[in-house]
Amino acid sequence: MIELDGITAGYDRRTPVVRGASLSLAPGEAVGLLGPSGCGKSTLARVVALLHRPEAGRLAVDGEPVCAWRHRAPRRLRTAIGVVFQQPRLAADPRLRLVDLIAEPLRATGRREGAARRAAELAETVGLTGELLRRRPHEVSDGQLQRACLARALVLRPRLLVCDEMTAMLDASTTAALVAAVESYRAASGAGLLAVGHDRVLLGRWCDRTAEWEDVATG
Amino acid sequence: MADRRPVPFAAPAVWRSRGGTRRSTRTLRIAASAAVLVCVALAVLVVPPAVDLDQQAVDLPSKLLPPSAAHPFGTDDVGRDLLLRCVYGLRVSLVVGLVAALAATVIGTAVGAAAAALGGWTDRLLMRLVDTFSSVPHLLLGIFVVAMFRPGLWPVVVSVAVTHWLSTARIVRAEVLSLRSRPYIDAAVSGGAGRLRVAVRHLLPGVLPQAGLAAVLMVPHTMWHESALSFLGLGLPTHQASLGNLVQTARGSLLAGHWWPTLFPGLFLIVPTLAVAGLAGAWRERLNPRRRAELTL
Repeated sequence: MIELDGITAGYDRRTPVVRGASLSLAPGEAVGLLGPSGCGKSTLARVVALLHRPEAGRLAVDGEPVCAWRHRAPRRLRTAIGVVFQQPRLAADPRLRLVDLIAEPLRATGRREGAARRAAELAETVGLTGELLRRRPHEVSDGQLQRACLARALVLRPRLLVCDEMTAMLDASTTAALVAAVESYRAASGAGLLAVGHDRVLLGRWCDRTAEWEDVATG
Repeated sequence: MADRRPVPFAAPAVWRSRGGTRRSTRTLRIAASAAVLVCVALAVLVVPPAVDLDQQAVDLPSKLLPPSAAHPFGTDDVGRDLLLRCVYGLRVSLVVGLVAALAATVIGTAVGAAAAALGGWTDRLLMRLVDTFSSVPHLLLGIFVVAMFRPGLWPVVVSVAVTHWLSTARIVRAEVLSLRSRPYIDAAVSGGAGRLRVAVRHLLPGVLPQAGLAAVLMVPHTMWHESALSFLGLGLPTHQASLGNLVQTARGSLLAGHWWPTLFPGLFLIVPTLAVAGLAGAWRERLNPRRRAELTL
């Protein structure tokens, strides 16, 4: 369960991007966040994923208030929230093969044994097959890379998945495949979802409810 | 009625590569640089163990002989063979150059990466330290360091290394800062990676090509620096052949019209420098094709 209350965040203290945003997600609930470009949706998603420290406001995960972000946040809290970013090209380390990209969170958290096997299993559920896994990011398409990024976000079995315009640059069939992969993971694990985007139709069909940006934030 | 002569066609614009229709000199430059460096490596690694000649052998009757078949580079003011002295001198200069450049790159990379990765006060403090070091002329600082020790090879290496890590630190810091804000670093943080893992697994591999290039470009510079210190009489002890020492001892005979003891050590310094700069320039063009390579000596 996630509670956001009066979050103000941005990159310059004098002109915050997000002002007074409040939102809550029940356990296992899928919430879509709709808003125009540049309104601060992604910044809010980064706050929820513990990647960006807000200037004011309160964030609680499962009733526990969060008071540290990025590296200072406890690792079990960081890994409880999986993130899929908008641009897979920028979100993938160009040096890692896809199998290592997916297995990286396992290795970073000290679960080395069977990491490659687990990554390969997970890759199959998002629709990546054997040969592709040995390629590097520049050798696969955007859609394939985004599938790998989704697998990476799922590999630590997060309780909440934050999808920041995950399908904005993909075609309809890849979008459907990715959404289906997220939904089958949620059905199996009961994880929550915060899907950020501006595709009203997609979020309306995908999520339990959608929240408009004007209702979430004040500025 | 208006004159409606057809407008003559403008000559089609032809986009040529730089250098017009002539063949690019780039391949030639790379080949020549590589050939020179192979010769230098052979001379330095193979000649001293293979040739059983004493570079210190004094032969006063044959002093200051001009270049001839017996002494291709002539002899110096106490009759020592200059070719042999130059090869040994190059050996010493190269050791100083390579070790000092490597050490400077390691220090620079560590400081730059620490400043950028930790940020905040650490960053400010380390960068002000870099500014402080760069505000003193680095030859002066080098002289100060050398003066604290007995003359020898290692004080020169230390003196050159501690004065040359500044630019590498700046390059690495800028590079790490730009990498640090990429989403894949966010993804790693979200995946539970600690600071050290982010630095070692994601940031350092990204800056190593730049740091390596800086190190290679620094080798000729550190060689020149060693020569400058030796020329000023502050580097290696005078009996030990180094290119700077050779030029320094030859200075006296230059006015008497003996040009060879100055010219050949000078060439030994200049030619490998240009070769390294040529190769490193080609490498940099490959890393970043939009920026023309300029010589940084």
